[in-house]
Amino acid sequence: MTLIDHLPVLVVILPLLTAPLCVLLDRPVAAWGAALGAAWLTFVGAALLVGQVADGGAISYQLGGWAPPWGIEYRVDTLGAYVLLIVSAMAALVLLSARESVEREIFRVNGARFYAAFLLAFAGLMGIVATGDAFNVFVFLEISSLSTYALISMGRDRRALTAAFQYLVMGTIGATFILIGIGFLYMMTGTLNMLDLAERLPEVSNTRTVRAGFAFLTVGIGLKLAMFPLHLWMPNAYTYAPSVVTAFLAATATKVAVYVLLRFILGIFGIEFGLGRMPLEYLLIPLGLMGILSASMVAIYQVEIKRLLAYSSVAQIGYIVLGVGLANTHGITAAVLHLFNHALMKGALFIALGAVAYRIGATTLDAFSGLGRRMPLTMGAIVIGGLSLIGVPGTVGFVSKWYLVLAALERGLWPIALLVLVGSVMAVVYVWKVVERAYFSQASSGSGEASEAPLMMLIPLWTLVLANIYFGLHTDLSAGLARQAATVLSGGQGERHAFAYLDSPGSAAGAAGGAGLCQAAQSA
Amino acid sequence: MLASARRPNLREGVSIAAGALTFALVVVLAEGVQSGAAPTLVLAEPFPGLRIALSPEPLGLLFALIASFLWPVTILYAIGYMRAHHEQNQTRFYASFAVSIAATLGIALAANMLTLFLFYELLTLATYPLVTHAGNDAARRAGRVYLGILMGTSVGFLLLAMVWTWQLTGTLDFTRGGVFAADADHGILNVLLVLYVFGTGKAALMPFHRWLPAAMVAPTPVSALLHAVAVVKAGVFTILKVAVYLFGIDLIAELAVADWLAGLAALTIVLASLVAMTRDNLKARLAYSTISQLSYIILGAMLGVAAGVVGGGLHIAMHAFGKITLFFCAGAIMVAAHKTRVSELDGLGRRMPLTMIAFMVGALSIIGLPPFGGTWSKWLLVQGTLDNGIWLLTAALLVSSLLNVMYLLVIPVRAFFREPPADQEGEGGEAPMASLLAIGVAVTGCLLLFFLPDPIHQLVAGVLR
Repeated sequence: MTLIDHLPVLVVILPLLTAPLCVLLDRPVAAWGAALGAAWLTFVGAALLVGQVADGGAISYQLGGWAPPWGIEYRVDTLGAYVLLIVSAMAALVLLSARESVEREIFRVNGARFYAAFLLAFAGLMGIVATGDAFNVFVFLEISSLSTYALISMGRDRRALTAAFQYLVMGTIGATFILIGIGFLYMMTGTLNMLDLAERLPEVSNTRTVRAGFAFLTVGIGLKLAMFPLHLWMPNAYTYAPSVVTAFLAATATKVAVYVLLRFILGIFGIEFGLGRMPLEYLLIPLGLMGILSASMVAIYQVEIKRLLAYSSVAQIGYIVLGVGLANTHGITAAVLHLFNHALMKGALFIALGAVAYRIGATTLDAFSGLGRRMPLTMGAIVIGGLSLIGVPGTVGFVSKWYLVLAALERGLWPIALLVLVGSVMAVVYVWKVVERAYFSQASSGSGEASEAPLMMLIPLWTLVLANIYFGLHTDLSAGLARQAATVLSGGQGERHAFAYLDSPGSAAGAAGGAGLCQAAQSA
Repeated sequence: MLASARRPNLREGVSIAAGALTFALVVVLAEGVQSGAAPTLVLAEPFPGLRIALSPEPLGLLFALIASFLWPVTILYAIGYMRAHHEQNQTRFYASFAVSIAATLGIALAANMLTLFLFYELLTLATYPLVTHAGNDAARRAGRVYLGILMGTSVGFLLLAMVWTWQLTGTLDFTRGGVFAADADHGILNVLLVLYVFGTGKAALMPFHRWLPAAMVAPTPVSALLHAVAVVKAGVFTILKVAVYLFGIDLIAELAVADWLAGLAALTIVLASLVAMTRDNLKARLAYSTISQLSYIILGAMLGVAAGVVGGGLHIAMHAFGKITLFFCAGAIMVAAHKTRVSELDGLGRRMPLTMIAFMVGALSIIGLPPFGGTWSKWLLVQGTLDNGIWLLTAALLVSSLLNVMYLLVIPVRAFFREPPADQEGEGGEAPMASLLAIGVAVTGCLLLFFLPDPIHQLVAGVLR
């Protein structure tokens, strides 16, 4: 066994073990260095995993050598490797910009502990994705959630404490629901291994217990996902958390929740049960649409830009939920793809907001007055990120929207396609609100000295912005992987199908995509 | 261009040189295509089977030729205008201008609908800073209307139509004779055609025309090139492309809704002309005249007969030269005499004879009188309506020509034959030299197009071969 064989567990353990190291180092800068190193190493590991999965199919790793289903299995398939890559890339980029921001914004606690909590949250998210064990999902979910509550409460505004508490209550309810759901499934099948679950569930799927478990899981994950109307914790949490945390959470936490949703509904229960026999389709499509329209509407009226983007996130999650609800290959492709694309755009936008908060000290609409002149690079990034949010062709937002509209039309649901596009038009309104203020208003006299953001913020910011454009034009990597994952998921056969699919002619493109990602990782 | 921001002469020199070079390249390309070459440049492939690619064809070449020819001319004009007017942020201005032209050429040469849409949106975004150049509240409001209508229609309707077409046919490539199967459901095709036509907000078909008058707060060179040539022509060009290469004119002739759209276009022609008569602000009057003229081309595309398409294609060229002349003159009047209203122009012919003569030429060309270019396209369009057999459309074209006479010719007439107000006698003179030069080029274009329409006619007729 070489180190490479341990990759599935390494990408979880590396940040997990670096976290206590950060506390021991005790000095913020040293802790930052350690955290950054761990994040980048993890990212390289995740990129290697993508390559491995593309070459050889899903990887199974037995923790401690105990064979599944008795031992805990870590299992990384196409979708998993893809999400691992997103999460680790975002962590690595966000941490790059974190040092200055943390110095400015975190003063009630030692900065080193911030990095420790950050790494724990990161490790938790990676663990949720890497594991192949349903109960393990819950454990990692709690690791990441608890550390997230701590991170949010570190915000400089005292309202961060209430926001964190609110999230704590809602998040715990969600986690409890998930636990109850998993418990029900265990009761009926006697196993916690996801593959085993997928195999044994069809026999007992007519029982009320399984259906109740399904319902508990869906609601619980919906809470974590901030799916409309369970999103109430999110705007406050995003608004009052430190900028770095907001950027990281917006780009990763909800994405991992989407992953869990896909994994449970499509992977474990199977598309036929999840969306066929249970009325989930009739729940997800309307809720997705309501989320898109109502959250976009609310976003238009926000004056605090972090909150505006938080509501926009609720809307974007609506797109993902809608994609899952449409339940055809294009719909699920759109959902998986938007997971990646939304991470790119929201990551860029929130890092830019962090830069604004760093220079101006606030992120209200007023703070943006005249910023077009004073922070041209940051504002340029916000404009491009915003265009991507709208879904202008040439950006990633367009690609996801394309698949989503295509999926709706394929089902013959053209009113839904129209409503999705109405959501885009609403995005124009709230994005342009910021743009107009930045370019057409004079700065208020008090904050005249602000200049461009520090280089360490601009580098990750523009990396993400350029990625927004690059992946908007060259979708072989992102959409290729998403399509592959979607085909596997909507095949309804769970994981085992992955091998069959990978033998088909389509695998050549997938393998090329994986290799390309590795190159991208190395050059980055 | 941004690099040379601190040296205005260099900056404008670069602009003109780049413009001339672009035009030369397009001419070479046009000759190549005429002799049978079909180069295709693939830029990217975001969706399997759906590429972002450029590939010239006759209609697109015509549009590219016009846009790339008028770009350096406009910059020549802009040099005089912007300096005389002491505008701010000139570097941003020229940079956005260049991006806009690039986007226009992208639209012209697009090989499929996706590419066209990409550049279409790019054009909207690149012209936004030009429209709001003044940076004041009026500009901001105009910018909102501009962006709201153009983005709203393109995202809401055009994108939907595009994805729908892709879903039905599996291709968005511009293909001779259309992409739809012969047995395709006409109900859906009707809906699609409506979505395409309304989705192309840049074509300013009523009721989506409000952005065009709003955009007139922009500096005049912008109005001239972008709102007489690039942006609006990108709109009608898109409609022509869709009609000829996605639907095919035979299919258009069969679709019931095409007649209604042609009727709506005719209505827009007459209504916009009527509104133009009530506008005292010179640029607003020209804007409504543009709306009216654009609908000529939409009408041509919706007729479903060959003469309509050729006439529409020709009218893109003819109207471009005529309208740019008018806008140049309007700008020259504003710079030299500080007048923006028609009612203030009395007697101006004595102080700015060259400008007013040029205005007269432009107006006559728009009206469609010989010996100016506009004659040919109107001729063909009228012939198209006769072929189509709906006499109401023919009537609309003729009525509109009369209305043109009334609202356009009145301007030079006032300028030459009325006495100037006593208190302004002898004030000011002609426009800046650079601007006059540009006006001269445009006027020559109007004349040449009457005597030598053949190359362009050949080019457009190639669409149908």
